[in-house]
Amino acid sequence: MTVQARTIIEARGLRKTFGTTVALDGLDLQIEEGRIVGLIGPNGAGKSTALNAILGLIPYEGELKVLGRDPWIERDQLMRDVSFIADVAVLPRWVRVSHLLEYVAGVHPRFDRAKAESFLARTTITRDRKVRDLSKGMVTQLHLALVMAIDARLLVLDEPTLGLDILYRKQFYDSLLNDYFDCSRTIIVTTHQVEEIQNVLTDLMFINRGRIVLKCSMEEFESRYLELMVHSERVAAARLFQPIHERQVLGRSILLFDLMFDHDANHKLDRRQLAALGDVRTPSIADLFVAMLGDKPGSQAGQAQGVAR
Amino acid sequence: MNTQSNAVPQSLDSQRIAPAALSATRPLYWSIRRELWENRSIYIAPLAVAAVALFGFSLGSIAGIWEKSLRLNPAQPQAPYDMTAGLMMLTGIVVSVFYCLDALHSERRDRSILFWKSLPVSDVTTVLAKASIPLVILPLLTFAITVAMQWLMLLQSSAVLLLSGQSVATLWTKVSFLQMSWLLLYHLLTAHALWPAPVYCWLLLVSGWPRRATFLWAVLPLVAIAGVEQIAFHTWHFAALVGSRLIGAAPTVAKTSPNMFPTDPMTHIAPGSFLTSPGLWIGLTIAAAFLAAAVRLRRDQGPI
Repeated sequence: MTVQARTIIEARGLRKTFGTTVALDGLDLQIEEGRIVGLIGPNGAGKSTALNAILGLIPYEGELKVLGRDPWIERDQLMRDVSFIADVAVLPRWVRVSHLLEYVAGVHPRFDRAKAESFLARTTITRDRKVRDLSKGMVTQLHLALVMAIDARLLVLDEPTLGLDILYRKQFYDSLLNDYFDCSRTIIVTTHQVEEIQNVLTDLMFINRGRIVLKCSMEEFESRYLELMVHSERVAAARLFQPIHERQVLGRSILLFDLMFDHDANHKLDRRQLAALGDVRTPSIADLFVAMLGDKPGSQAGQAQGVAR
Repeated sequence: MNTQSNAVPQSLDSQRIAPAALSATRPLYWSIRRELWENRSIYIAPLAVAAVALFGFSLGSIAGIWEKSLRLNPAQPQAPYDMTAGLMMLTGIVVSVFYCLDALHSERRDRSILFWKSLPVSDVTTVLAKASIPLVILPLLTFAITVAMQWLMLLQSSAVLLLSGQSVATLWTKVSFLQMSWLLLYHLLTAHALWPAPVYCWLLLVSGWPRRATFLWAVLPLVAIAGVEQIAFHTWHFAALVGSRLIGAAPTVAKTSPNMFPTDPMTHIAPGSFLTSPGLWIGLTIAAAFLAAAVRLRRDQGPI
């Protein structure tokens, strides 16, 4: 009697090319309701292209349904249930804060103006000011206040905290978690500040060369990946367990293991075996990202996809 | 558990029906408000021109008090009113042209298109709201400002006449104010909105296409066509066609001599022949095609 989580986004074989550049190369994607998904990838991996396709901003080949709709055909209908913050600089600079509230209240059936006003009351933004007179951090606060007052089912954040200082960044994600997110909503976020959202995410996706190369929940991530710090004399012993990545920090080696990796002997790696060699801990998303996509982009993409199951 | 999963789609359906009734007009209304917030020159420019014209007229009136006569040509008491109306029409054309050339460009230039597209407003609504500025809002605004200005002029002239001890009866009978206003409204809606619609829609379409220099992209093709025609056939038909559309010289709007001012009381308007003239409908069809293309462009184009 478990409730089947409803699928919010379903993509199959999504392709998009710009001239000869392949931005999306048969991307498959499925995102369920109530998740906070981090879409992580190097520059030019296809993150923004994927999000733009989901938001109905660009045409694409392949199959894509967002909340059961085709985004390219039904963007305006879809936007009743979807909000997005592209990056900090998209609010029109000439608009007055009060006009912006009036406008969104006028066109959006699910916008709660009182809610937006109460979010704004916590900031120093006054309603008679124009967006061009606000600082970058304040514009983001304003946009977030608008978006959080919309009763949407899917929120897409594409580098929402780009160019903000750490206080604003932290406040941004705190507000999202405390005042907005609940299990009936879904959030997709891309960012290069991976460390800051590690504790926010429920799901992790790596994208590289237009394909999803890793998809796992954060619980899986924590149980599956393991970092081992060993002194140099034990490195050789540790290497026998086939780490997927190795680096040196302050004279010690840090080896990253995938416990689900199918080893030659066809038995799973044991956490205790590794713990006997040194200190073990959960890696950061950034470390795994470097391990999987950093060194050998060519071969790793293929390997990682095999591993992703 | 099942009830929960069933309940959600039902509530969604009911929510979907409620805004459906609103969805047609409300976003359009707010999109037009948005245009007026963004392009304040739409109303500031005509108001400024009206203020300057009124100031000039006042100077003339004050001079008239000293001379103890109204500076009116008794044969043509309409003249200053026609002149101000003409000035306001010209202002309307200039504002419309500049507005249209920027209409679909500015939101791409400042990347705010990403914000506008994150709201449930269709591209059709947005383009219609933008087209309504030169085709509906500016003619009506020009009408309202012109009439208000002409009222002030009439009151001022009356005050001057009374102060100099003359009768106002001649002025009020010779300047047929209501008829003048009515003719002005008719002229603005026909010759300044319906007739030049293809020109404005062309400018609107072009504003959504190039990355910069919208003016060149709008004008150069027209110049090229006119040039080719001149070289090949030694005629200027195309240039004359575009010119007559823009300046509001619709031949079938009224049956009068071409030299007569459109708000002259002697004008015999001919709405029947105007509304049935093929030129009007050909123009409107072309305008509609341009608008449809502009809608597609706005859907396809992102920020610059």
